[in-house]
Amino acid sequence: MASLGSVFLALAFLTAIFAAIAALTATGDVEERLVEISRRAVYGLCALLTLCVALIEVAFARDDFSFNIVQQHSSIETPTFYKLAAMWSSQEGSLLLWAWVLSIAASLALYATRGKLREIVPWATAVMAAIAAFFTGLMLFAGGVNPFATLDPAPADGIGLNPLLQHPSMMIHPPMLYSGYVAFTIPFAFAVGALITRRLDAAWIRSTRRFALIAWAFLGLGLLLGARWSYTELGWGGYWAWDPVENAALMPWLMGTAFLHSIMVQEKRGMLKVWNACLIVATFSLALLGTFLVRSGVLQSIHAFGDSTVGPYILGLIGVVLIGSTALIVSRLDDLRSQKRIDSLASRESVFLVNNFLLVALCAAIFWGTFFPLISELFTGDKASLAAPWFDRYTTPLAIVLVLFTGIGPLLAWRRISWDAAKRVFLAPAVVAAVVAIGLALLTDAAGKPWALALFAFAAFSLTGLAQEFWRGAAARRSLSGGSMPAALVAVVSRNRRRYGGYIVHAGVAVLLIGIAASSSFQTNRDVQLRPGESTVVDGRTIAYERPTVGVDSNAFTFGAVLGVEQGGKRFLLRPSRRFFRPTGVETGTIGSFFDGEATSEVGLKAGAGSDLWIAVQPDISAVRRRIRAADADFRACIRGAPGTPSQCRAVARLMQAAAANPRLRPVASAQIDTLQAATAERLAKSYLADDAPATFRVIVNPLVTWIWIGGLIALAGALIAIWPGRGARRRPAPDSELEALKEAKYREIRDAELDHAAGKLSDEDFAILDAELRKEAVEILDRVRVP
Amino acid sequence: MDPGRKRKIRLVVALGVAVLLAGALVYTSFSASSEAKEPSQLVGVSSGGSYELTGKVVKGSVRHEGEGIRFRVADRDDASQSIPVTYTGTIPDPFRGGREIVLSGTVENGTFVGERDTLVTKCPSKFTTSGDG
Repeated sequence: MASLGSVFLALAFLTAIFAAIAALTATGDVEERLVEISRRAVYGLCALLTLCVALIEVAFARDDFSFNIVQQHSSIETPTFYKLAAMWSSQEGSLLLWAWVLSIAASLALYATRGKLREIVPWATAVMAAIAAFFTGLMLFAGGVNPFATLDPAPADGIGLNPLLQHPSMMIHPPMLYSGYVAFTIPFAFAVGALITRRLDAAWIRSTRRFALIAWAFLGLGLLLGARWSYTELGWGGYWAWDPVENAALMPWLMGTAFLHSIMVQEKRGMLKVWNACLIVATFSLALLGTFLVRSGVLQSIHAFGDSTVGPYILGLIGVVLIGSTALIVSRLDDLRSQKRIDSLASRESVFLVNNFLLVALCAAIFWGTFFPLISELFTGDKASLAAPWFDRYTTPLAIVLVLFTGIGPLLAWRRISWDAAKRVFLAPAVVAAVVAIGLALLTDAAGKPWALALFAFAAFSLTGLAQEFWRGAAARRSLSGGSMPAALVAVVSRNRRRYGGYIVHAGVAVLLIGIAASSSFQTNRDVQLRPGESTVVDGRTIAYERPTVGVDSNAFTFGAVLGVEQGGKRFLLRPSRRFFRPTGVETGTIGSFFDGEATSEVGLKAGAGSDLWIAVQPDISAVRRRIRAADADFRACIRGAPGTPSQCRAVARLMQAAAANPRLRPVASAQIDTLQAATAERLAKSYLADDAPATFRVIVNPLVTWIWIGGLIALAGALIAIWPGRGARRRPAPDSELEALKEAKYREIRDAELDHAAGKLSDEDFAILDAELRKEAVEILDRVRVP
Repeated sequence: MDPGRKRKIRLVVALGVAVLLAGALVYTSFSASSEAKEPSQLVGVSSGGSYELTGKVVKGSVRHEGEGIRFRVADRDDASQSIPVTYTGTIPDPFRGGREIVLSGTVENGTFVGERDTLVTKCPSKFTTSGDG
């Protein structure tokens, strides 16, 4: 089976190369056949990689330990769900995942653009195929990363999956991140095609916008899952540490955000083309960099998984991408410069430009901080690193200004906004923001944290402005076509999915930042040592250590506590614990070996809308461990047949000697030892209950943390709405020429202006001027359509 | 003011802000950073100074001491060079002998005193072909 897989992988590599070459020969004025051939080759690539992935998953499911990848990351006891997800906990499996997702995305992109973008598609195909060839080539030719490597003879069992990873979020987190990274390849490839062929209007953007949005959503989901996992599963109670690998996923997400906003300006006004080209190159390069950082020992990080053979190659790819793209952009600068200029500072275009700057600044600060160890090594010879406080210092003010802009942007219209209209539109949000600021300063201790107060005020501004947008949009629709408000709301949202989906994303982001600000500025964090029966008070909550708990099964000891918590008149129980696992892949060992494998914390968490109570326990098991060490020593003495040992021991010792001589007796001997050990292990572990030992509890009260997750989900829902294609009744056939697409875009602009006017963002005179301009531009396009 | 001049002024202002931010970034990063040092580089270093200790926890050296722990950290590639460490604060789940750690702190009389809650233990490698997993 494995050799079949290797064959498929090799075929995939060849197919990718073939697709790239076919695409390159299809550029220029040649027949359609070659374009079709290269597209079909990409479909074929997708099919082959799907077969590869299927073979690996089947091997995992069937416990086929002749596959090295299965042996290293799974075992007979691993639950099936984790067996199937274990593929991407390995280096070679994640490379295969990258290539596979890329082939799917590329196939979808080519299917969606078949018959269109005739000049750009071949170049885009070549780029996507070349990158696919790179990743499949890595698996085949770089050392030690072939997913179909075999072991001969096949071992009976595997090493198993690290218990820290056996959590649903941890299994979904990597594929989400990879899908995000990979999906940015599509707009990048089309951008390269557009630059090479100098077809620099918005056509390439329109075709790939959805991929960029999908990539952004996946990456965001991956980040959210990682943060949530860290919070609920790890014993430190935080959700973000500015760790290099976390930053490596955040940076492309920030650049992707800038790209998604900036392309709107190009679609609507034909401006910021140079920005868009640079932004997509930066986004894609950072996505590759993120892939690289996890695989090299370059930066000290909780995630950095040591040296690997693959790192330098990915770095090489990043170099090629950056140098090639920069050269391409510079050589096309004249074609990229737009004729139009930004009319006024108080317009959506200028806000988007400032938005670009803010996001780039934020990304640059994070980049500098992440790579500082290497930068300082260049200058001072020492690797020096920057910790969270430094990152917080620079990202906090930028994030606060960005929250303000999530509110300002939607309130402005394209091209210009008059001061009267501005006053009307900004009044309510500004008032609410001021009320919130003053209210919080007077009623809570928020005045002591000016950054947090600023963020709350600006977020209030933004949320009010967004709510106002929804209200006015619904009212405008209702005045046009009657009906109830709720119906009008639904109608206006579904007819302007991009706009209102975007507003929902903004709302989600504002809520998420509120959660972050509250939980980082107003957290209560205490370490307290308690004996059973003792209690303590933290932030108005009485926490009583009622009794210790012990659990024993074949792979783990669990030592925990039952805590009775009284909070605001309500009582509930929390059961934090620590689990100690045996090392994986070891058949039998001493009882003490339970402490040689992984340890995990099961956190006691009571989430709430107002705040979370988070408790982790560090039980003092030193007495138990002493007893276990003594028992292991006794056992060793016993089977050596030392004088004075009980008869059972001597019987086991004789059995072990016999088994050493006769291998067929080994399973019986192992089973006997296991049974003997299990009973002893259980007895020893349970001795903890009588010990009355103290345990150290870390108690954290985190205000508004739940809103981080809620805000994230709201943002994703908004993205989904924005991605969703228009409904059948309103769907026109996809424009089959550039001019048609231009016409559609111009009609959309006219409609947007009408909506802006109805919602009060444009005064009557401004709307009259704008409407006349737009209609004049539309007539020009129609003339060109009629006279080709 | 004609639009062209307005645009130039805006550009100058934007670039000025960018340069200021970059300058602040660079300046504070060099002063706020702590040098990463392995135990072999800390041997014989005088007390004081803030560093980031990186290395492997020596197996069998971890002892609980009151509220905190004592252990020894050795160079990643040279187990013979090690330094004693004391630390109070959160102990990450993966922490044990043989694991690689990163810890901020200072040197006091030949012992590395870790700063509270700054102990980071690297997740055991998923990608090595050998090692203790």
